[in-house]
Amino acid sequence: MSGFPILSVMLAVPALAAIGCLFLSPAGARWLALAATLVDFVLGVALWANFDIGGAQWQFVENAGSIGVFDWKLGIDGFALMLIMLSVFLMPICIGASWVAIEKRVQEYMALFLFTEVLMIGTFAAQDLLLFYIFFEAGLIPMYLIIGIWGGANRIYASYKFFLYTLLGSLLMLVAMLWMIHYTGTTDIPTLLKTDFPRTAQTWLWLAFFASFAVKMPMWPVHTWLPDAHVQAPTAGSVILAGVLLKLGGYGFLRFSVPMFPEASSQLTWLILALSGIAVVYTSLVALVQSDMKKLIAYSSVAHMAIVTIGLFAFNRQGIEGAMIMMLSHGLVSGALFLCVGVIYDRLHTREIDRYGGLAINMPKYAVLFLFFTMASIGLPGTSGFVAEFLSLDGAYQVSSVATAVCTTGIILGAAYMLYLYRRVVFGDLTKDDVRVMPDLSVRELALLAPVAAVALWMGVYPESFLAPMRKDVGTLVARVDRAAPAGDSRPTIGHAALAPAQVEAHK
Amino acid sequence: MIPSMMLAAATTVVHASLPSASLMMVMPEEVLSIGSIVLMLVAAWGGQGSTRLISWASVAVLAGAMIALLGPASSGGVAFDGLFRADAFAAFSKVLIYGASAVAILMAPRFFQQTSGDNLRPEYPVLILLSACGMGMMVSAGDLLVLYVGLELQSLAAYVLASFMRRDTRSAEAGLKYFVLGALASGILLYGISLVYGFSGTTLFSGIAEAYAGIAPGTHNYGLMFGLVFVFAGLAFKMSAVPFHMWTPDVYEGAPTPVTAFFASAPKVAAMGLAVRVAVEAMGPAVDEWRQIVIFASLASIIFGAVAAIGQSNIKRLLAYSSINNVGFVLVGLAAGTQAGVAAVLFYLTVYVVMTLGGFLVVLQMRGADGQPVETISSLSGMSRTRPGLALAMAIFMFSLAGIPPLLGFNAKLAVFNAAVEAGLYPLAVVGFVASVIGAYYYLRVIKVMYFDEPVGEGFAKSGDVVEGGLITAAAVFVSPVGWVLLAPLGLATMAAAKALF
Repeated sequence: MSGFPILSVMLAVPALAAIGCLFLSPAGARWLALAATLVDFVLGVALWANFDIGGAQWQFVENAGSIGVFDWKLGIDGFALMLIMLSVFLMPICIGASWVAIEKRVQEYMALFLFTEVLMIGTFAAQDLLLFYIFFEAGLIPMYLIIGIWGGANRIYASYKFFLYTLLGSLLMLVAMLWMIHYTGTTDIPTLLKTDFPRTAQTWLWLAFFASFAVKMPMWPVHTWLPDAHVQAPTAGSVILAGVLLKLGGYGFLRFSVPMFPEASSQLTWLILALSGIAVVYTSLVALVQSDMKKLIAYSSVAHMAIVTIGLFAFNRQGIEGAMIMMLSHGLVSGALFLCVGVIYDRLHTREIDRYGGLAINMPKYAVLFLFFTMASIGLPGTSGFVAEFLSLDGAYQVSSVATAVCTTGIILGAAYMLYLYRRVVFGDLTKDDVRVMPDLSVRELALLAPVAAVALWMGVYPESFLAPMRKDVGTLVARVDRAAPAGDSRPTIGHAALAPAQVEAHK
Repeated sequence: MIPSMMLAAATTVVHASLPSASLMMVMPEEVLSIGSIVLMLVAAWGGQGSTRLISWASVAVLAGAMIALLGPASSGGVAFDGLFRADAFAAFSKVLIYGASAVAILMAPRFFQQTSGDNLRPEYPVLILLSACGMGMMVSAGDLLVLYVGLELQSLAAYVLASFMRRDTRSAEAGLKYFVLGALASGILLYGISLVYGFSGTTLFSGIAEAYAGIAPGTHNYGLMFGLVFVFAGLAFKMSAVPFHMWTPDVYEGAPTPVTAFFASAPKVAAMGLAVRVAVEAMGPAVDEWRQIVIFASLASIIFGAVAAIGQSNIKRLLAYSSINNVGFVLVGLAAGTQAGVAAVLFYLTVYVVMTLGGFLVVLQMRGADGQPVETISSLSGMSRTRPGLALAMAIFMFSLAGIPPLLGFNAKLAVFNAAVEAGLYPLAVVGFVASVIGAYYYLRVIKVMYFDEPVGEGFAKSGDVVEGGLITAAAVFVSPVGWVLLAPLGLATMAAAKALF
């Protein structure tokens, strides 16, 4: 595949389709959007198939030279590959989820979704600091419009909050980026990754990047835009928000904060651990008392993202791998949960948990899939959530046993709020007449949920497929930050096994 | 650095002081002044009927002036013994000024035709030509008096333009207000000039720079410093930077829309170009003194322009505050005081002129069912449904003005802040960026009204005017990611232009 600019093509396909959608009929726009996202998915599969596991760190590198102040430079490593795969996998599902739910202004809707896809792939593939920023920041425009035009009753407040919150964080990061560009004289991310910045500057730079990524992530206490945005966004908007846009924060920490400023990261690990610990417990408790399904899942997202951050700031292989798997797993599972909510929302047009109940009786297929995703969200062994939580917490334990203990309660609370949700929606008696007439999953809905379930199961049973492409990159990252790794408070010592008398006898 | 530059300038003076060479260097101004006088005579005999002819002829004159820039006018150096500079910086600014003036002429006929009241009279394009001539002198000035003459030529034409709709009270009020406050600004500027002249003994920029450089470290020359403050206050008035901005919203709201578009574009470029030239060439050695003023004006403009715009319900007033806000960002580049900073100023102005003219062209399309112009933001409701193309263009301009990538407005902000960071002005960069979030709010409000709200009535009727439609499309494409292809050549051009000052 050398020489074929596959990444640029993956950007160009949805970009051209987005423009095309504006000139088509609603049905035409739907089909064109689906076709474009499927083409991108196929290209993504080709990307994965041709990715040389264990080969060069940066693959599929393209450099089209300078455009004014920045370069059009693309390339991916294992982390970016996985996140691009997540994006291109979820995109056709989002289009499918909007097939009938979106009735007004279909052309614009499809165009904006395709535009979002361009920006997401671009963010993960950019190898130039400013190009990254452009893709990263431009994502605000389509999400603002998607929430504002097709969202729920309080959509305008949510769209403003989403936009201004994230913009404020990002601009501080931009100042830090400008400083870095002047300090090193380059915008090339691979070069910057090898640059050692002075200790004092690192702290400031780290804080500036933190301002942006913490909001995107979102971390407690700057998470408040997320529940609003999720609740008001249309189903597919929530899927893409939870599935991919939240990953931008984690990706940012992984790509910039940790490897570029290892000393500062180590110095401020306490901050991350404290905020993550609070986030897990607090948002889980908040999730427990929600009466709106989407809000509940939104709060659970904040809790899951906190597991990502503690994993990332563990400075060891388990933690970083766990954080990456958590991002992928959360992208699939939480996206699927929003789809599950969307399925019943399309039938009854309410997200109030109390309006449902007893769905297991008349929607058995739905009940099974919803149960699977509930379990995956809780982290049942055999699902992707388990691998993610186990690895992250294992990594974090080596840094702080206290923080790990606090975050582990999140798993218990997670089980509580998810099972409570499931019981109220799916179990119980079918007492409400309008709920009784709700039909089970249609073929289209099944086709949306089944692939996600299959991948979540795959990731849970055989995570090696997903870990292998990242292994070498995790190794590079750990080697880079090892010098700054904080001393852990858990110091496991190798035990001295004493043979029991009976065994001594046997050995003789 | 400064003395050696002056030495070089002095040697060129000797060669360039031949009258014919000097006359070659002011070719664009000659084209404009002769053209405007001839067209005025045509108008005097041709009367109302000749309006259309004179409009197009004026655009041709502006095009001719632009062509005249190709010769010694852009590379000749110093003309008339240092009074006039014909360098790349002046040439770049003049291209922007002439281009914006031409668009302002092209916008006018349909506006006046459809608006009840006065018809467009042939004086309109002639006044714009005279104003453009004055602006050209402003950016080329090498002497405080040339500066003043250029400024007054520009301003006097602009006062008349503001009150061009004689029977409209708002327009008359705008003209009067602009005149009174503009005269005050000119007075302040002239007072500053007289102080600088009194304490340096010259009005030539090179001599003034020498006087500022001669202030021994640790001592103060209060006369020169007061002069500097007054000159900058007068210039701040002309570019409507806070705290000398108060005339802007009223004048912008009252003046006919094509005139407002003109005010928001070309004179801003001229005033900024002039400020850059005075700051760098005449007062370069006093950079630490004027930098404080520029930083204050910059932050005050950014913050005030953003906060005051939030409550506006009239789109023209909103764009007036937006122009104050944008002047603040341009000043960030000047505050850097470096070659990169000046290049960033020029780049920002280029993008800003396109965005603003585009925005006003969209405002021109806003007409109620009776064909009369409407200016409330709420009348834009649901425009994405009734006029999707126009709404898309406006959304592009608004997002670009807010500085959101991938639109060119982001690159413009990036350029000025990059220069500021390079010059070590971190607090300015941080505060400026944070304040730009406030600015984003009101630009988003326009988009919200167009895209999220339900349409009211039939929406705006299509104008069917090919010129305006084409200009809107061209402006929208320029600030869209397609415009990225222009980033590299524009970067080179602005750097070359900025180099002329250092």
